[in-house]
Amino acid sequence: MTSETLLTVKNLAVSFTTSKGPINAVRGVSFDLGRERLGIVGESGSGKSQTGRAILGLTASNGTITADEMQFRDVDLRNLSPRQWRKVRGARISMIMQDPKYSLNPVMTIGDQIIEAYREHHKVGTKEATHRAIEMLEAVKIRDPQRVFKSYPHEVSGGMGQRVMIAMMLIPDPELLIADEPTSALDVTVQLQVMAILDDLVRERGMALIFISHDLHLVSSFCDRVLVMYQGHVVEEIRASELDLAKHPYTRGLLNCLPKMDGNHDDLPVLQRQASWAEG
Amino acid sequence: MIEIENLNAWFGENHVLKDVSLKVPTNGSFGLVGESGSGKSTVLRTMTGLVDDWEGIMVVGGHELARKRNKDFYRQVQMVFQDPFGSLHPRHTIDRILSEPVAVHGLGNSDARVIRVLEQVGLDNSFRFRYPHQLSGGQRQRVSIARALILEPRVLLLDEPTSALDVSIQAEVLNLLAALRRDLGLTYIMVSHDLAVVAHVCDDIAIMNHGRIVERATASQLAQGSLEHPYSQQLYKAAGGYDRAVVDSFVDWD
Repeated sequence: MTSETLLTVKNLAVSFTTSKGPINAVRGVSFDLGRERLGIVGESGSGKSQTGRAILGLTASNGTITADEMQFRDVDLRNLSPRQWRKVRGARISMIMQDPKYSLNPVMTIGDQIIEAYREHHKVGTKEATHRAIEMLEAVKIRDPQRVFKSYPHEVSGGMGQRVMIAMMLIPDPELLIADEPTSALDVTVQLQVMAILDDLVRERGMALIFISHDLHLVSSFCDRVLVMYQGHVVEEIRASELDLAKHPYTRGLLNCLPKMDGNHDDLPVLQRQASWAEG
Repeated sequence: MIEIENLNAWFGENHVLKDVSLKVPTNGSFGLVGESGSGKSTVLRTMTGLVDDWEGIMVVGGHELARKRNKDFYRQVQMVFQDPFGSLHPRHTIDRILSEPVAVHGLGNSDARVIRVLEQVGLDNSFRFRYPHQLSGGQRQRVSIARALILEPRVLLLDEPTSALDVSIQAEVLNLLAALRRDLGLTYIMVSHDLAVVAHVCDDIAIMNHGRIVERATASQLAQGSLEHPYSQQLYKAAGGYDRAVVDSFVDWD
């Protein structure tokens, strides 16, 4: 991790008003992010995705965000107007969602979608944009960029679709990329190939990456640092290389309940949740 | 219990299963591993009669399967699907979901059966009159398993039963499946993309690629990583997490 801090989040809370009363999805999350790969891990409902969405101002309209500090370089991310958000979203902070099937426009060719994303942020002609789009498709290791450029999303595989998403998100050259379960819908080998592409791009462009996932092992083999979330709190922050030294019983429980390839058919240890974990 | 020999299946022009053969002894558990499109789920779907265009020999419990499955077959063989959100009727209570197979098969005594099967999957009686949306993912998958068990089958076909669940919930469901196999003497075929899950549940494992079984291994062979086919080695390495050098060694298997 370098000393330069890109993003500071202090005491972030996200709550939703619902017909059944308020739901506190994120409660008092704080972290600093440099030019590094930060993993946020947790189970469904732990608030990991809501943390990512709050940074990008994508919280649903019935939700409120409060924070003591949310500073991204020179921008205070609290209370930006929609107009100010447009200068940050996509251009400086970008996000990759889980399933390319739902995040790509099904009735527009892939090339047109990338061009649209590029021209939203750069005043260039179609020819220049087309050229850049093909270049980006090459950068995410798509072997036949010309063909993919003219294809519709349903004509490409899941792994290819996710590469297209990455290409589209990276074309404005953001400083921070938030990837929310970007590979969970993919086969294991394809998953790792997509991660390798992210890895290269982060290195080459000196970008910061927040990688949100439920897979503690995968995240720790990929990221520099990991935040483990439980019911809206960060229960443990740990260097990925020191995962074996995790202290919190929740982190240890998550690691232990994974089936291992040791030929052993005994019952898996089951996570015993304690009410005190939720109090942070 | 189950013997499949030279099973071939087609989706239109597409030849999706190529000479698949496997044998599962009574109370055994067989795992099929592969990536999407490898044909692993198609094996289960062909067995249960969800695929029409097939050739080969399938024997379950001593009876060779004909073109049409009869009711007796479905009493013996039940399937649990991947997504507990999609496979339970959203407007039926758990009670109705569980009683329906009993009514279809005219078994009667459905009250007692529902109570017993809920207990078997570790759900207390308070769940009986709830709707699927009031349950968590893990509880829903328990209901799917209960629905399969209520006919007292001999064979469960498990199609990625835990891949939609959190790892802590996955551990609970895998333990439940292991206990049910022990207690009820069930025979399993489990399909998964997760090598570790299959290695944990199954004694014998087959790795599939493009409709063909490329390698067979026992759980202990898998534990030692002694796989021969390069495709299965690649899958084995991929299960170990992110490693740049490993990713660079990947090739596409067409």
